[in-house]
Amino acid sequence: MMNDIGLFLQTAIIMGTPMLYATLGEILAERSGSLNLGVEGMMMTGALAGFLVGTTTNSPLLAVLCAGLVGAMGSMIFAVLTVSLKANQLVAGFVLTIFLSGLANLIGSGYGNSTLPKTFTSKISAIHIPGLSEIPLLGPAIFEQSILVYLGILTAVVLWLYMNKTRFGLSLRVVGENPSFADNAGIPVTLYKYVHIGAGGFLAGVGGSCLTLLIVPRWMESITAGMGWISIALVIFALWSPARAVFGAYFFGALRGLVFKLQSAPITISGKAFYIPAQILDLLPYLMTILVLVLITLGKRKENRPPLWLCRPYFREDR
Amino acid sequence: MKKFKFGALLLALVLALSLALSGCSSDDKDSGTDGGSDAATLAPIAKEDQKIAFIYGSAVGEEGYSYAHDLGRAALAEAGYDVTYVEGIEDAQFEKTVRDLIEQGYNVIFATSYGYGTYCEKLAEEYPTVYFNHATGDVYKDNLGVYMGRLYESEYLAGMAAGLKTESNKIGFVASFPIPEVITQINGFTLGVRAVNPDAVVNVYWTGSWYDPQLEATAGLELANTGNDVVMSYLDTMSAQIAAAEKGVWAIGCSTSGAEVLPDYYLTAPIFVWAEFYLSCVESIADGTWSPERQFLGLDTGTVDIDTLTANNASGAAEQVAEAKQKIIDGDLVVFGGPIKDQSGEVRIAEGTALTDAEILTMDWFVEGVNGNISGSN
Repeated sequence: MMNDIGLFLQTAIIMGTPMLYATLGEILAERSGSLNLGVEGMMMTGALAGFLVGTTTNSPLLAVLCAGLVGAMGSMIFAVLTVSLKANQLVAGFVLTIFLSGLANLIGSGYGNSTLPKTFTSKISAIHIPGLSEIPLLGPAIFEQSILVYLGILTAVVLWLYMNKTRFGLSLRVVGENPSFADNAGIPVTLYKYVHIGAGGFLAGVGGSCLTLLIVPRWMESITAGMGWISIALVIFALWSPARAVFGAYFFGALRGLVFKLQSAPITISGKAFYIPAQILDLLPYLMTILVLVLITLGKRKENRPPLWLCRPYFREDR
Repeated sequence: MKKFKFGALLLALVLALSLALSGCSSDDKDSGTDGGSDAATLAPIAKEDQKIAFIYGSAVGEEGYSYAHDLGRAALAEAGYDVTYVEGIEDAQFEKTVRDLIEQGYNVIFATSYGYGTYCEKLAEEYPTVYFNHATGDVYKDNLGVYMGRLYESEYLAGMAAGLKTESNKIGFVASFPIPEVITQINGFTLGVRAVNPDAVVNVYWTGSWYDPQLEATAGLELANTGNDVVMSYLDTMSAQIAAAEKGVWAIGCSTSGAEVLPDYYLTAPIFVWAEFYLSCVESIADGTWSPERQFLGLDTGTVDIDTLTANNASGAAEQVAEAKQKIIDGDLVVFGGPIKDQSGEVRIAEGTALTDAEILTMDWFVEGVNGNISGSN
């Protein structure tokens, strides 16, 4: 039983990892005042780029890096449109998702049957830490995971420190809250927006590559299957905090596995077995996000609400 | 005040737009029925006049159900037929897609997804000179034929391979929706498993989708985590098997061979070989012998088959499977022939009787040995 739960948590963490990267990236972008709905598309291109580089170079490092760079390139389209040209962020992001998803499916259409070399998978698959991974309950979940999982947690820690303990992080939050104030204080608003939208795209690309390098692991059409959208919901669920994003992502990951747990173990009430429909569990991430949205709107705590300037273009002349 | 004006403007715009759109659609309908009421009947179409279109419910990819149909399509193209295909067409898009094709002059339609049924009926009535062929369909009439494979016979053989291979006596089966077509496959598979290994059970996980690689991978991992040592799916991809193979679980493919994707864990797969059927079908359209009646194609026709068993199989499995295959072809072994019990242990098919085709096509219960739930799954 303990072992079962341990393996369940292990799966939950693996499934949550792509969402974690994408959510962390989107938190960065949104903190700079940019709601980039292109996450799904950037994940798609990252997934494809990571896979193609992985199969040709056999190097996980290069594969993940290229996935990130391709994601960042996608996000630059968004940055130019919304920061420099002041286009509507919702429209720009949405169009970016449709464009990049289509592009990835088009370029990737011939690679459905290719697989990663064995030497590659062995480099990236779970590291078995002797002794520790045998600890009941948390052993397999924490001490028997891929390097990509550990990197995800590390990224979250680094971003938390960056946003809460450094001057740059403070400036970033000012840009998202009140860009004209930031401008007055001498913070380069446009540069901050570009850098953080770009970093957000990089992380979305890396998140996408987790799917094609680790989870599925190969290229398939429309492989993200809505994960980018869930990641955007997760940003709200995590209240724009990298620390809470970790738990949110793993929790949403656990919901995926729970679908099957509940199918094989119905709830019994007075001798009658009841099954929870799979669709309800699919809905749950969104339902909970709506709930969190309602709660933060009702709540009074300032640090829990979205960046004030989110989704608004900044015109310097209007200062 | 400014806000109010904007709202009013928006409302006016929406109203105008909806009026314009509804005007459009009613126009469309009128012209559609006019075109359909031309008094034309079904006539043979010579090979050089045939324009054939295949409509797939999922992306073709390089494996799975749609891919198997596409190999059949490729055989037609090779034989010199004018043939095209559209992939990844959702049920709701089907009608528009086919209308467009017919406008372009396509006169033989192969619709390969179950959900296209109602639209096929509607379109067949509207375009009486076009040949419609609906795979896995229920309803056939004048110019709408239905055809399908008795894949459950192949599933039975694959189940035997799985039953011989398993050591934990737990076999995982990842499936989409609890519809008769899928239930029949799971039952056929389980009967094969239990024929060689009465202690083994088949655990069914529903994904609620025909295509969701991540969720299928999750299902594969969950099945591996809970002790299943062979994983099988009735989906368009082998994502569940690939994920489970990471944990050393054996794999049975779906619809097409998986030997290239998972060389170290692949056992075998129930497969479709459509080429011959499609060739004979379009030939019958040319010579006027085409009939809409249901074609239910078993192992004896070669349309369904079992892939060559790999060296990963239990020793002697290949011989046992080959023997059973011959028995099914000769009619000595009937997959749904009694006595067969359901999940509660009650005999559902009495000794000496067998399910009729109609009963097979409406199967809504699991045989003994299936660990899964039909009603509550989705």
